[in-house]
Amino acid sequence: MVARFMTLKEAVASCVKDGDTIAMEGFTHLIPHAAGNEIIRQGIKDLTLIRMTPDMIYDQLIGAGCAKKLVFSWGGNPGVGSLHRLREAIQDHWPHKLEIEEHSHAAMANAYDAGAAGLPCAVFKGYRGAELPRVNKNIKFIECPFTGERLAAVPSIRPDVTVVHAQKANKKGDILFEGIVGVQKEAVLAAQKSIITVEEIVDDFGDVSPNAVMLPNWAVTAIVEVPGGAHPSYAQGYYKRDNAFYKAWDPIARDREAFKAWIEEHVMNGGPEDFAAKRDANKA
Amino acid sequence: MVDYSPTEMMTVSAARALKNDDVCFVGIGMPSAACNLARLTHAPELTLIYESGTIGTKPDVLPLSIGDGELCETAMNTVAVPEMFRYWLQGGKISVGFLGAAQLDKYGNINTTVIGDYDNPKVRLPGGGGAPEIATSCGEVFIVMKQSKRGFVEKIDFVTSLGHGTGGEDRASYGVETKGPSRLITDLCIMEPHPMGKQFIVTSIHPGVTREDIIENTGWDVEFADEVAQTPIPNENELSVLRALHARTAKAHEGQQ
Repeated sequence: MVARFMTLKEAVASCVKDGDTIAMEGFTHLIPHAAGNEIIRQGIKDLTLIRMTPDMIYDQLIGAGCAKKLVFSWGGNPGVGSLHRLREAIQDHWPHKLEIEEHSHAAMANAYDAGAAGLPCAVFKGYRGAELPRVNKNIKFIECPFTGERLAAVPSIRPDVTVVHAQKANKKGDILFEGIVGVQKEAVLAAQKSIITVEEIVDDFGDVSPNAVMLPNWAVTAIVEVPGGAHPSYAQGYYKRDNAFYKAWDPIARDREAFKAWIEEHVMNGGPEDFAAKRDANKA
Repeated sequence: MVDYSPTEMMTVSAARALKNDDVCFVGIGMPSAACNLARLTHAPELTLIYESGTIGTKPDVLPLSIGDGELCETAMNTVAVPEMFRYWLQGGKISVGFLGAAQLDKYGNINTTVIGDYDNPKVRLPGGGGAPEIATSCGEVFIVMKQSKRGFVEKIDFVTSLGHGTGGEDRASYGVETKGPSRLITDLCIMEPHPMGKQFIVTSIHPGVTREDIIENTGWDVEFADEVAQTPIPNENELSVLRALHARTAKAHEGQQ
């Protein structure tokens, strides 16, 4: 099935439902914040959230009560400190208890890759001497059938839905990613459905390398044009990471009331159209 | 006499540990300043790799995250994250992993996961990220961390990343063939593992620091090498390059909305 262009509201309503397993990827770069806000606005619940670095986007979803479980490998606010909504969910069960499945980056990167490759699990040299296997039953060890080497194994990641942000879609609905491409391609190919928000829809991509990171229109489900949709992360070539906002998030997220007020003002009473102004304020 | 802070002494000492031909996987936090200082002073050809996939990056300002645009724009090449962890790290192409820690024991085992019990933590920390495999797949590991009784403990609450395990040959018993933590740089001294027991011993003390200062700020029984050196003070070039780097960084990060 060929991808359809739609509004963010339509894309989330048609692709994401209560109880889904959802991966919203983007490794510091191209984090689909506008789509995260839309999930909160639609009041979707009981999600299993998968993401290597939960970052501010999942801090918001967790604090807003959308998550049942989190699968992750590094849960901080990069260069700033803790994700306070995540921390409070784990330490004090607010707004409710959050189940966690914790991995290393290598494990999750391998698990996405295995998901995209249609494999049931990923095998890698990992977790040697580390304690996570004691507390995470989804980390096992197997023996290489050829050499006998002991290797770590984790289940592949196969989300119901993957949501990512990219720089461009063309009129046909093919997608182009540039810069730090993280695990976005793997996460989309591993999922049943996908939502791709983009900075802009162009007639054609022009002169790009034949080896550029792209997804064809028949490999994605929904495409939405949301200029600035990755703010406060960034889109290479469009706008810079809003490092000042990452710092400003710390006191907002630290306090339940400040957090609730922020969500009310910027998410419940906001919309994807608000992101364009944030892009302009952080122009590359 | 040049004036400098203990943190500057630490960063300069950490930078000096890197060689021009090293390929270094840069951990989040304090290692980033040290690695870039090395590149901007004595090791211009040093290859810096961040887990976001940037290979041979030469940022003009320190990134706030490990994936700031600056890293990609100045890199020789940027690869996908699975490729980074599979081919470059697991494939054994990286000579040094540079890590920080929240809690550390005398064998260089690192905790960045929880303080207290895992299921009912007193403080939930960010977690391992790339560190568990950086610690075992890089040729050797340098650790940079401010010294305190709270951070330098007899027993860490959670082993996020393997150092020398319980000491001696324990590390190898996990099937790990790399060297592990070979240098610990703090704001007070430099420690290196004992050749047999693998526990960290103090091999160099920063100027103005006493043995008592080190003992008071360490939660394990500190051992000193038979011959303890005095760490050379930062030179004018190291200090001016480091300060300029921090000044550019502060300006870049606060200039935004």
